Parts: sequence; structure tokens; C-alpha cells
Amino acid sequence: MATEQSMTVKAPWSAPSLPPTVLWFGVVALAWAALAHFQRETVAILWQWMPHLAAGLRMNVLISALAIAIGTLLGAIVGALELSHRRWVGAPARGYVQVFRNTPVLVLIFFTTYVFPFEIRLGSLYLAFPDWIKATLGLALPASAHVAEIFRGAILSITSAQWDASASLGFGRSQTLRWVILPQCVKRVLPPWMNLYAMITMSTTLASLVGVTELLESAKNASNTVNRTDFTVLIYLAVLTLFFLYCYPITRFTTRLERKYAFH
Amino acid sequence: MPPAHQPPERPPLVELRQVHLSFGSNHVLKGIDLNVRKGDAVSIIGPSGSGKSTILRCINGLLTPERGEVVVGDTPVHALRTEAERIALRKRIGFVFQQYNLFPHLTVLENIVLAPVRILGVARETAEREARELLAKVRLADKIDAYPGQLSGGQQQRVAIARALAMHPELVLFDEVTSALDPETVGEVLSVIRQLVEDGMTCLLVTHEMRFAEEVSHEIVFTDGGEIVERGTPRDIFHAPRSPRTHAFINGLRN
Repeated sequence: MATEQSMTVKAPWSAPSLPPTVLWFGVVALAWAALAHFQRETVAILWQWMPHLAAGLRMNVLISALAIAIGTLLGAIVGALELSHRRWVGAPARGYVQVFRNTPVLVLIFFTTYVFPFEIRLGSLYLAFPDWIKATLGLALPASAHVAEIFRGAILSITSAQWDASASLGFGRSQTLRWVILPQCVKRVLPPWMNLYAMITMSTTLASLVGVTELLESAKNASNTVNRTDFTVLIYLAVLTLFFLYCYPITRFTTRLERKYAFH
Repeated sequence: MPPAHQPPERPPLVELRQVHLSFGSNHVLKGIDLNVRKGDAVSIIGPSGSGKSTILRCINGLLTPERGEVVVGDTPVHALRTEAERIALRKRIGFVFQQYNLFPHLTVLENIVLAPVRILGVARETAEREARELLAKVRLADKIDAYPGQLSGGQQQRVAIARALAMHPELVLFDEVTSALDPETVGEVLSVIRQLVEDGMTCLLVTHEMRFAEEVSHEIVFTDGGEIVERGTPRDIFHAPRSPRTHAFINGLRN
């Protein structure tokens, strides 16, 4: 059963010509169909564990949303700085991008987890600095470097004639960026940004390695506690499905946004 | 438009003195002298690569000459060092490009009001009212909510002219504005420019439309190889050129 399932899961990579969403639907539906002969009892146990899994998924959603938010904000700024004509602005920004783009995400998560203190002292006030926030920062740093490169590429892809036209109308560099260039970048930035979001969402499972109880960790707990092979298969299938249900609407939403910004 | 009854004592609005500029080893401008008086239309003609567009870009500060002086009104353009000084200059000079360079993400109306509202601080209602008047003037009132990509080349170029005029410039520079157009849309753009010249707008045109240049210009300047070979009235340049190079260029076009 387990081999059969891993075969099905591999299918999307061996047949890249089909749209990935269709393949995913197929894989998930097939797998659930294959599991239909499972004992009702196993499914009932899964149902019991559902609140536990949901709590785990909430953590993944929280970490990924916060990481992409911080990463996008920071990345947009760093990306614009990378293109600055002042060397003492551009060089550090480019250095930042190189460092965080070329470091394994897991290493960064370990780094932020063990380097940052477990609490921050503000005068007499102690603020807790929980592991999940450290893991979020570990994901946000490489995300910001990737976002910076996405923005830099998009800005450079806008023809220099747009800069000339804006300059001739009396726009300064930052005004041109704000009113002319960045609005045209939105459409170009969306698809790679979406990929990044998906990557970050999947990377949130790495947080389990530094002791954050997210979906994968919850599933592992359940699997170890119940200790039945068929349940293990079932619960990891549930994890897969939950991740899909989280990512798929984001993809749809991005497609809508792309259409909205598809000016003529 | 015979220039004879234009009083010659009107002060120059644009003055170039011995302007030199190189791109790497390519010496593009080799000592350009040029005067444009207020209210005049001056056309620069000449073979491709003779530095015509480069002259226009030196006037609004998109390029800075290596040597020589560029003066617009009482502003020494060659001496401007900061972005703020160049912005102050460019607010006074309209520039129309060969490839229109409209903002593709904005409607026609937004293209025209963006700079007046964001740069000059004009109230939005005022800017929109003026934009409507300008669009009527270039005969595109019905395209106000269209995006540039939905317009023909000639229509886009007329929007670009309206966009430049919305800044109330003292001077408009036209950089081969009909070269990228289909032949059937060239006329509609030229008639807008003709109207502008008749209204007394100071215009400096780089153009390959010889018949049009002859018809609307007060003065023609012929450039070749980064130098001004000859300048004079349209009648002189087109019908009695003194330089053999001008003669060869004009005749080459006719044949």
C-alpha cells in the first residue's frame, strides 16, 4: 500500500505537461479512493485527531502568512535599494540578497532559533520570543532576498523609455518608481511571488525540526500515539490534502489578480 | 508660413553654443550652435545618426554635454547638477517621443493628469477639465477612458502630445514623432502639431517629414555628422541650398 502511494505521489514530477492543479486533484482523489476500503474504525480515529491537526495547520498558516508579509515588505525595499545609483546603498543591499539567497532555509531557521534569546528584556518588561516567531524570521529572511530579486528583475524589465518619459514630465527617480514603474511591475511580480509563497508554505514544515508544533509535527504525534500502519498512511494523506486545500485558493486568487492587472 | 514678417529681434528661448558630446569613442555632437526664438517652429533635418535626437535630449537635460552651453530662457542647462534643478527645467519643456512612451497601465485621462496632479500639485478636477479640453483639441475626446494598448499609433501619439501640453510648457520638443506611425495616421499627428505652431507654441522638431517641415517651420537646420551644415528659411534650404551636402541630401530624398 505504501509503495503504491509513493508512486502516485511522484506522478506530478514525471508528467510535467499537465497543469499541476489537475494532477493534484487526480492524485488526491485517487489516493482517497484507494483508501475507501480502509476500516471505518481507522477513519474514525483520524476524525478524532482532526482538531489536533487543525491546530497544527493554523500554525503553518500563521508562520507562512507572517513570513511572506515580512519578506515582501523588506524585499520590496531591499530590491529598490539594490538599484540605487549610490554605491554605499546599492552594495550592502546586493550583499544582503546574496547572503540570504545562498543559505539553506533550514540552516537559517536553526540560526534564528539558537541565536535569538527566548525572551527580550525591555526595561523591567520581559517579552517572550517564542520559537515559532524565530522560525518565521528564519523563513522571512530568505523570502525577503527572493522578493528583492523578483522586484529588481521586474523593475529592470520595464523599458528605459518609461524613465525618459517620466523624467521629461518632471518626475524624480523615486516619483517615477512610485507612480510609473512599480504599478507596471505588479503584474510581472505576481507569478514568481506566488511561487515563493508556495515554497514558504511548504518550508513551514521545517519549523517542526526546531520544536514548533505545526501540522507535520501534529501528524507525527498522532501517528506515534496510534501506532498503526494504516492510520499512518491515512494521516499523512490528510496532511497532504490539508496543504493542498491551503495552497490551492491562493493560486486561484493570484490568477484573479493577474487578470485584474492585465492591462492592454 | 513666410518668416519674413517675424521681427528678428525677439530674444532666443533656446540657445546652444559649441555643444560637444560623445558616447564612448563616438563623437556625436561636434560643436552645435542653435537658436530658437520664442514662438518659432524650427525643424532639424538630416541623415540618421547625425545627432538630431541627441540635440533635443541635451536641451531638456536628459543628456549633459561635455563642452559648450545650453541655455533655455535664463537657465544654464549645461551647468545643472542636481535632480531638483533638472526637474524644474523639465516642467517647462514638453517632450514628445518617437515611440510615444505612454504609461501602459493608465487610461488616457490618467496619462494626462498624472504629472500635473503629482508634480505641479494641480487640483484633480482642474487637471481633469484641462485634460478633456486637450483631448478635444487633439480630437480624441471619445478615447478618454481607453488604455494606450487599445489605440492606434497615431492616436497614442496625439495623447502623448496632450500629455506634454498638460504641463503648460514654454517649449515642446518633437523627436521624430511620426517615424513609428503607419502612413495613414501620420497626417492626423502633423495637423495637431500644425495647429500648435499656429497657436504660437515654440516648437523644435526633429523630423523626416520634409514637406511638413517646409510648410510649418520658420527655420530649417540641416545637420550631418554631428555638425550643423546649414540653416535658413525653408525656401532657402529646400530650393536654394548653399552647401553641396545639403543639396545632396535634399536631392537624394527627391529621387
